[in-house]
Amino acid sequence: MIKNVLPIIGLLSVALAGACTKGPVVQETTLDNGLKVIVGKDHRAPVVVSQIWYKVGAIDEPSGLTGISHVLEHMMFKGTRRLEPGEFSRIIAENGGRENAFTGRDYTAYFQQLEKSRLPISFELEADRMRNLQLNEQEFRKELQVVMEERRLRTEDQPQALAYEKFMATAYRVHPYKDPIIGWMDDLQGLTVKALQDWYQRWYAPNNATLVVVGDVEPKEVFALAEKYFGPLEPSSLNPAVLPAEPQQKALRGSRVSAPAELPYLIMGYHVPVLSGGGDDDWEAYALSVLAGVLDGGNSARFASDLVRGQQVAAQTDVSYGATGRAPTLFMIDGTPAKGHGIDELEQAIQAQLKRLQKERISEAELKRVKAQVVAADVFGRDSVFSQAMRIGKLETVGLDHRMIDSYVRRVNKVTAAQVQAVARKYLVESNLTRTVLDPQPINQQEQRKPVEGGFDER
Amino acid sequence: MSVKRLVLLCLLWASAGALASPDIQHWTLDNGVRVYFVESHELPMLQISVVFDAGSARDPAGRNGLARMTAAMLKEGAGNRDADGIARSFEDRGVQFSVSSKRDMTLLNLRSLSQAELLKPAVGVLRDILLAPTFPASSLERERQRALVALRQEAESPAAVAEKTFFRVLYGSHPYAHHPAGDEQGLKALTREDLVRHHREYYVGANAVLAMVGDLSPRRAKRLARRLAGRLPRGRPAAALPEVLRPDSAVEQRMEFPSTQTHLRLGQPGMHRKDPDYFPLYIGNHILGGGGLVSRLSEEIREKRGLSYSVYSYFAPMRVEGPFTMGLQTRNAERDKALTLVRTTLQEFIDNGPTEEELLAVQKNLTGGFPLRIDSNQNIVGYLAVIGFYDLPLSYLEDFIPAVQAVTAAQIRDAFRRRIDPDKLVTVVVGGER
Repeated sequence: MIKNVLPIIGLLSVALAGACTKGPVVQETTLDNGLKVIVGKDHRAPVVVSQIWYKVGAIDEPSGLTGISHVLEHMMFKGTRRLEPGEFSRIIAENGGRENAFTGRDYTAYFQQLEKSRLPISFELEADRMRNLQLNEQEFRKELQVVMEERRLRTEDQPQALAYEKFMATAYRVHPYKDPIIGWMDDLQGLTVKALQDWYQRWYAPNNATLVVVGDVEPKEVFALAEKYFGPLEPSSLNPAVLPAEPQQKALRGSRVSAPAELPYLIMGYHVPVLSGGGDDDWEAYALSVLAGVLDGGNSARFASDLVRGQQVAAQTDVSYGATGRAPTLFMIDGTPAKGHGIDELEQAIQAQLKRLQKERISEAELKRVKAQVVAADVFGRDSVFSQAMRIGKLETVGLDHRMIDSYVRRVNKVTAAQVQAVARKYLVESNLTRTVLDPQPINQQEQRKPVEGGFDER
Repeated sequence: MSVKRLVLLCLLWASAGALASPDIQHWTLDNGVRVYFVESHELPMLQISVVFDAGSARDPAGRNGLARMTAAMLKEGAGNRDADGIARSFEDRGVQFSVSSKRDMTLLNLRSLSQAELLKPAVGVLRDILLAPTFPASSLERERQRALVALRQEAESPAAVAEKTFFRVLYGSHPYAHHPAGDEQGLKALTREDLVRHHREYYVGANAVLAMVGDLSPRRAKRLARRLAGRLPRGRPAAALPEVLRPDSAVEQRMEFPSTQTHLRLGQPGMHRKDPDYFPLYIGNHILGGGGLVSRLSEEIREKRGLSYSVYSYFAPMRVEGPFTMGLQTRNAERDKALTLVRTTLQEFIDNGPTEEELLAVQKNLTGGFPLRIDSNQNIVGYLAVIGFYDLPLSYLEDFIPAVQAVTAAQIRDAFRRRIDPDKLVTVVVGGER
């Protein structure tokens, strides 16, 4: 059939077109104070995105201080020695900019999107708050309330999010990924300005940051601008704590969350590796990415085709695997049973799918389909300057080379059916599995208001 | 290809991208389909949206959810393909396809690499989906059950409950009152014949807009448009929607929910897409609650008092008056304080309007940020769909900056006074005990 030859033609011509849109258009330099600056040219529109990535996130937080990176992210908008609280945002707004920030497990990042001539405004403001933040008790007390509202909105009142939080705390026993990025409510309540000040001093320095700029700019000019604004900042002596490694899981783990909800919900996760540096031993991460695509890469993938449509045992399923991170991650599957089916049936159907991956190799047609999707998605991703900058910043901050973006498609294309089978056999096994179930309690029943949790280990 | 020639090609591509506003080409097919196209060769991709006036505002009585179900069922079978066949035809080629259906619009979106060998078969499948969906009865049963499950999941969310209640109270018997996802009764009543009828009536040339952005020559674009949509029957444009009635008095609806936060929604019918007050209301709202962290509502509720993570207001401009909504969520104990603050902030804004400084700041924000609105194919195709669907002038994007600059503080105050009556707000409160 025609579809079997298409992806090859596809690759060739995308590679040609890609020469104009990628290739040497990304350039980098490192300032004397250690700030890495990476600039991508995209001249399609007169805009620029500037992102500054700090290598500090939930992964760095000790017990008792969970959520501190995220609270500090909020406080970064609350004034410096030069600026009043909120003035940062007002200046960006008056310049037509969009701005925000995000905290992840592995990083904290700040961004502005602007018409291209306004890039110096972003640099001046970011350089200022990298070293001159003014933390104030009164502003902190208010903002802490805002963060607690955020936690209520995103977690406390969302039964599936509560289940996810419990799931992570079950899958990891030692490693900081066990704690939520937004922090436990008790830790937020105990947070102090002093602790935030220490956290800021410790991590916010040019030698712990990467500046990523993508847009209608010339790298040389951006480097000069970066030197002007960020160059004078003093580096810090960084003492990153040694992160506790998660001991290898030896037996099935599980937990249960009871909360007011309408539907049961299942989360399953297996400990798996992430990309480690572009060497040949990275093939497992690429094979896991392909595996995720085989199960959940669109409406033709196995879960949609077999579980939602064929057996009709699932109302909805998702598979997620992120191949980049500062520590090993989880290959996750979650889902809601279809009407008339329970969590057990859903889980058995998912398990049968995983067994099948271990027993028989995926077909050539499936492998080609996943690769065709990766090739196309790579081009689609270039339609957004923001997502181009995101890819660069994420890779660099987890300690990988941003040039892996260029080799990503090639490496995915080298994955074989045998490799997909091999990672399925190695990682998707019961002794490596954590499962969490949301047990819905009637929403109208008043006494069930408080979530209840339970769990077991090493069953 | 030599490196030199490649460089030359790159230069040519780069220079084509330096347009201030995209050059929109517009034509109409023989069957009435209105086509909007922007040529853009920098990336080897094409973005297509087909839009019909076939949203949930067209659901017949007792069939709430029909429009969205019809849209969802398009991918279940078309021509001689079943759901797997359709999905594979797209995904084998890396093509992304999605369908969405809201109150006004039903949209079919397709994104493909622009090489003919990938694009052509995808367009063929999309044409079958438009012209000859099969709506298999067995798929309908499954999708009905899934939609019912999705409804139940939304019932877990105090935000979703507040949103649905707000529309229901605000719009009463108007077709905007119900959510596009429908309701249990409507979903259970749907038959295959309902879907066939909805498709026959609304998925027609005179009721369609085709928006395309990407790596096609105008000649290829013309051919593609004809091939994709040229065989849709002409049909008729959807009938005018009923007028939106304004409330005679304030209405407040409170609902118990086992949540730690209370979700508030306050508002009134707002404006339609071609509203003469569009710019004064849009800019005024930006000052009141539309400018992210920099707005009066955000200042009063979040920045000064730490009462909410997300507080906002917006006008949703629709075919007829879409809602003006102010919203937030706060811990249950602070609900009344927050409610009072929203009301007094609105009242103060209506009484005195914006200051000159506020107006200037917003004008700078909107004009200075204009290039960000059209910096990707994805954004541009969205604008083309809106321009086509609401029959806005082709110069809509070019006119944006002058229109923003022309608005005065007096016009904003005047428009808000005429259009928003703080004594007749619909208020919805969904949350737990204090």
